[in-house]
Amino acid sequence: MTVTCKSVSAKRGGVEVLHDIDLVVSAGTWVSLVGPNGSGKTTLLHSIAGLVAATGDITVAGVTPRKSGRRAVARAVALMPQRPIVPEGVTVRELIRLGRTAHIPRFGSEKPHDLEIVDRVIARLELEDFAPRSATELSGGELQRVVLARALAQQPDVLLLDEPTSALDIGHQQQVLDLVDSMRCEENLTVIAAMHDLTSAAQYGQRLVLLDRGRIVADGPPAEVLTADRIAQVYGARVEVLDRRDGRAVLPLREREDA
Amino acid sequence: MTSTPRRRALVLGGAALVLLAAMLLGILVGPAGLTARGVLLDMADALPFVDVDSGLSTRQQAILWNIRMPRVVLGAVVGAMLAIAGAAYQGVFRNPLADPYLLGVSSGAGLGATLAIVVGGAAGFAGVPMAAFAGGLLAVAATYMLGRSVGTGRTEVVIILAGVAVAAFANAIQTFFMQLHDDTLRQVYSWMLGRLSTDGWSDVLTILPYVIVSVAVIALHRRTLDVMSVGDVEASSLGIDPARVRLVLVGVATLGTAAVVSASGLIGFVGIVIPHAVRLVVGPGHRLLLPLSLMVGAAFIVLADIVARTAMSPAELPIGVVTAAIGAPFFLFVLRRSRGVA
Repeated sequence: MTVTCKSVSAKRGGVEVLHDIDLVVSAGTWVSLVGPNGSGKTTLLHSIAGLVAATGDITVAGVTPRKSGRRAVARAVALMPQRPIVPEGVTVRELIRLGRTAHIPRFGSEKPHDLEIVDRVIARLELEDFAPRSATELSGGELQRVVLARALAQQPDVLLLDEPTSALDIGHQQQVLDLVDSMRCEENLTVIAAMHDLTSAAQYGQRLVLLDRGRIVADGPPAEVLTADRIAQVYGARVEVLDRRDGRAVLPLREREDA
Repeated sequence: MTSTPRRRALVLGGAALVLLAAMLLGILVGPAGLTARGVLLDMADALPFVDVDSGLSTRQQAILWNIRMPRVVLGAVVGAMLAIAGAAYQGVFRNPLADPYLLGVSSGAGLGATLAIVVGGAAGFAGVPMAAFAGGLLAVAATYMLGRSVGTGRTEVVIILAGVAVAAFANAIQTFFMQLHDDTLRQVYSWMLGRLSTDGWSDVLTILPYVIVSVAVIALHRRTLDVMSVGDVEASSLGIDPARVRLVLVGVATLGTAAVVSASGLIGFVGIVIPHAVRLVVGPGHRLLLPLSLMVGAAFIVLADIVARTAMSPAELPIGVVTAAIGAPFFLFVLRRSRGVA
């Protein structure tokens, strides 16, 4: 098992926002974390990455996030943030090179081997034309590809995505998610993705984990987790769930008074 | 801003030449009528295995080696330290306005110096550097502890706010003592506005160990500072510990700054303007930003000191007045130019 969480609880600002989470994810799978705003998706991702103090036991690719050093954790897990911070004046290649941080000596710099890996990732994600450009000039979709490239340059076993496409239009959403999925297949990556769009979550995730107020309320294949009743109960939303050849789609409904 | 090794070498070599030229100018300019030829020959004579007659009198040699040169070197060391410390502070706080003064080094040192002058009277003036050094370090330590105790959320912002509070507190106490002992106002102000002393090599030798340690540790963190630029969450997930990096770098940058401030008084503007100007020209990568800030800062103070010595000769202007008067328009020029280019 690549990721194991046993009775994990975590606090944010003194308030417990994750309660007693048990989650086991096997290597090479894509698990979509879904749930309303504030349900604990980001905190769970940050607990797995060791970015917040959590009680309980977490192991990720043989590493214990809060006990192992940051470098060991960063070699095992990479995080793709929702809205990446782009420093003024930094080029795309420089931003991607930061992904090698955990692999080079603490006070050293990149060796030819590291630069090779960076070049390979840039080529794989077809970013050659962008590489010398300033990262602040990129569109949202391009930037997410760059941040994915940085995460891949970390050569992690586990990739955590924190609503990676919520700022993107539907076309770029598909591009980025397709890219992550093909990298998952090529590199046998384990992907845990917090997602807002339930349809995408079901299309890409082999398994869905539904969080509500810091607890897991459903966990299983998309067809089991996504039911109209459950979505109404957890999100307070009226939806119709459609079964399609390529997965389960969730369609929001509007009840018009004049209809 | 892609920095190829060739371009980096060119830029750094150019800056080194500018610094050397500035230092040479600083040594040459002054009232004692030292000729450029005499100075160069005398300096060559000091090299091993070189024996030439410079034609300088013993008195002129004393002025060259024990007055001009230590002052120029002191200026270079002070400028280098203030500028590289500013670059480090801006890096760890991701704030273009951060500099060592912001966290209370200046107000703590000012309070320490004031107390030494007020309490110690004439004898106190000798204790000013030590008191300023201690005051600067204590103020930043207080800022840090205050900031850490408030919360773990947005640490970098909280620490800067704590610095503002500590600085206000120290300033209030300093003003109180200055009002109480207004006969010492002149001494206190002359220290606060900054000055480079001319009494031999003792100042340089006293502060140099602190500056070397501080600059070395900051330089080791050049790549770590690049990682810090993406914010604490992303930097952590890339494999560094931002809180620890911040503690180490604030610690050494403060140590170096407190040391130079104890010798030179409060020379403002360098820590913010120099790294900023350098960044606008060569970009934010610390591999180039740190050494370049160091050299440009050193050259800047050496040149500012020449102006301070000559503008109203034989009287001397406080160097802090000159750095601000030159620094502000210079900075606006660089800012405008970089906007025009971008």
